Amino acid sequence: MSSRTLRAIPTLLRIGVAETVAYRAEFLVWILTTTLPLVMLALWTSVAAEAPFRNYTSADFVAYFLAGLIVRNLTGSWVAWQISEEIRTGTMSMRLLRPLHPFIAFTMSHLAAVPFRTIVALPIAVVLLFSSGASALATEPVQMLLVVPSLALAWLITFSMLFALGALAFLFTKTMALLNLYFGLYSLLSGYLMPIPLLPSGLRQIAEVSPFRFMFSLPVELMKRPIDASDLAVLMLAQVGWAIVTLVGALWVWRKGLRHFEAVGG
Amino acid sequence: MIRARDLTKHFRVHKRPPGFVSAMKSLVRRKYEVVKAVDGVSFTIERGERVGFLGPNGAGKTTTLKVLAGLLHPTSGEALVEGFTPFRRQTRFLEAITLVMGQKSQLIWDLPPSETYAMNRAVFDVPHDQFKTTLAELTELLDLGPLIDKPTRQLSLGERMKCELAAALLHRPHTLFLDEPTIGLDVAMQLAIRDFVRSYNTRHEATVLLTSHYMDDVVALCPRIIVIDAGKLIHDGDLRGLIKTMDPDKRVSFTLTDGITDDELAKLGTLLARDGKRITLRISESELPEAVGHLLGPLHAADLAIEDPPLEEILRVMFGKSKEARAGEPPP
Repeated sequence: MSSRTLRAIPTLLRIGVAETVAYRAEFLVWILTTTLPLVMLALWTSVAAEAPFRNYTSADFVAYFLAGLIVRNLTGSWVAWQISEEIRTGTMSMRLLRPLHPFIAFTMSHLAAVPFRTIVALPIAVVLLFSSGASALATEPVQMLLVVPSLALAWLITFSMLFALGALAFLFTKTMALLNLYFGLYSLLSGYLMPIPLLPSGLRQIAEVSPFRFMFSLPVELMKRPIDASDLAVLMLAQVGWAIVTLVGALWVWRKGLRHFEAVGG
Repeated sequence: MIRARDLTKHFRVHKRPPGFVSAMKSLVRRKYEVVKAVDGVSFTIERGERVGFLGPNGAGKTTTLKVLAGLLHPTSGEALVEGFTPFRRQTRFLEAITLVMGQKSQLIWDLPPSETYAMNRAVFDVPHDQFKTTLAELTELLDLGPLIDKPTRQLSLGERMKCELAAALLHRPHTLFLDEPTIGLDVAMQLAIRDFVRSYNTRHEATVLLTSHYMDDVVALCPRIIVIDAGKLIHDGDLRGLIKTMDPDKRVSFTLTDGITDDELAKLGTLLARDGKRITLRISESELPEAVGHLLGPLHAADLAIEDPPLEEILRVMFGKSKEARAGEPPP
């Protein structure tokens, strides 16, 4: 990142905050769309009400989905919809006239919303800590410390993947079907609908190594279950690896897509 | 400086006739055709020139501007702006140019324009002192006053356009690509924008390439015009020269209090319009002195005005000829 970009960051973050405040209704609606874990929580706790379901007690499900709600709230992104809309309407042209890579521009405006998302996520974390799920949480200090970088990496993987999907609109103009496919895979393989260990064997094996696990499940796992030091190292390295792959992939798709940009809409 | 050499930009467009059957067929086999939006255009514009870029809808004007502004990769040919290849979009190139599109906004919709200005200052790395000076200059020239602190969505079209211009010029670009900057604006606002563009051009020796459907904009601002049609350049030269070549006759308008027949008028020139006592004739340059003498003398004509033919008329003839020429060409 160049020094001039670094100098621009405080202003970009300040304007990002102003935008988030200006779009408060839209922001709240978006927050509501990330509450699916609460629905899943209700569903799975009723499944495990009488007896544990494959070693998952009702308290386990509460802890899992409340942790999931925090992760989803802090890592979710709408950048693909923003990019494809800007490409479709032609307003992307105006963005491209600025000497700032759109990846950084979008990153700043999304990071500016993090404090507001935290306001929503923090009370959930408190509920999580004091609810019946508290006993089902991991307590190892190193693991707890790793939650923060793991959340940051989960955010980066999610953002990069959605940035790449948005940039595909340079090639296909309409990418809604692709986004639906992405969200289907994400829901299934990330642990968003159910913990990965509950998936059928074949799917589970795919899910465990797929990037989707590192977008949602890993930070939840860090909060939820004790993990061996060696497994922990492998998982964190895998997350860093996926972060690099998706970031490089996103920038590559962007560069390729830009060549095909037709700057439509006048 | 702007230089285009054999510049082409082709688009591959999916073609499908209307109807359900065609829709189903296109699911299996799609037909594409290549649209030559810009087809071998060459020109050079020196620093400080103001050039009008004209053509009918779909002629390739906006596409050319987008290629020159680095938004589109040309299919072939060469573009050079301020010494840079536009599509590489290097930082110094983006600092040297701006593109204003009358139908596109760079202002952040729910925030006041001042926030967009602050963002552009940061992104273009404009020093704070220079930013303050430039903003003060633009505020004065464009009479922005309280507008910059009102949310963009509450501004009228004309107010927004003035704020757009300021946003586009805060980094003091040397090359201005203006695509329909006065579209939808009332006459007073059009005049204000025109004055501003002229003034910016003079103050900063900026190069201006302007497209506009309002010929008055072009006539008032651009000593030179480039005309394209169907992606091809059909004229590049000075505006007065074009008018002289295409239609050297003058339009003479006057008011006559005494009655006169059309036959009598026909002896002076071709009658173009007669609205009550107000009459417009088309008179060749060679016959002009004698005709004007007759009008002002024996006929006691009042409010006499001699003008060049309207640019719209010239262009209509020009595009008509271009279309005929294309019709005569063998299909590609």
